[in-house]
Amino acid sequence: MQIAKVIGTVVSTQKHRKFEGAKLLLVQPVTLDDKPRGTPLLAIDSVGAGVREKVLIVLEGRAAGEALGRKAAPVDAAIVGIIDSMDIQE
Amino acid sequence: MQLAKVIGDVVVTRKDDNLTGMKLLVLQPIAADGSHAGRTLVAVDAVGAGVGETVFFVRGKEASFPFYPTEVPADAGIVGIVDHYDVEPGS
Repeated sequence: MQIAKVIGTVVSTQKHRKFEGAKLLLVQPVTLDDKPRGTPLLAIDSVGAGVREKVLIVLEGRAAGEALGRKAAPVDAAIVGIIDSMDIQE
Repeated sequence: MQLAKVIGDVVVTRKDDNLTGMKLLVLQPIAADGSHAGRTLVAVDAVGAGVGETVFFVRGKEASFPFYPTEVPADAGIVGIVDHYDVEPGS
């Protein structure tokens, strides 16, 4: 899993039917010291995350499909948790 | 998934049988500000996208799921057309 920050929302009318009712958020993966890492991604939100929140994302098809609760969904990223706090001992 | 702009299409006559009838489009992945983000790629289209549209696509084996039970040999697939997206300022 990776740490990311929710930076925006995406609206799509014409999409694959397995996406119906799913919330899509733009997330920016970040490093442990909050610096952006790589390009922003689109992730399915299964936990009710909002913009500016720090979240835990999975970047793998099977895990993302399970977060969505649908089998064989064409997804590869999902938000699976909202981070309350982190404590890095180093 | 990632945001991308459809910048072209590809015509392939001689191909894997399971690619028959698939629409292949050339994508330029984009960042949230619309700037280019990474290399262009070819993706199968599952939603009827066209050149000039902003779409989102999935990478990996999941790209073939919309065509199940056909096992399409694709590693990238367009799964949605973006109406609009909002990015929180300063985030």
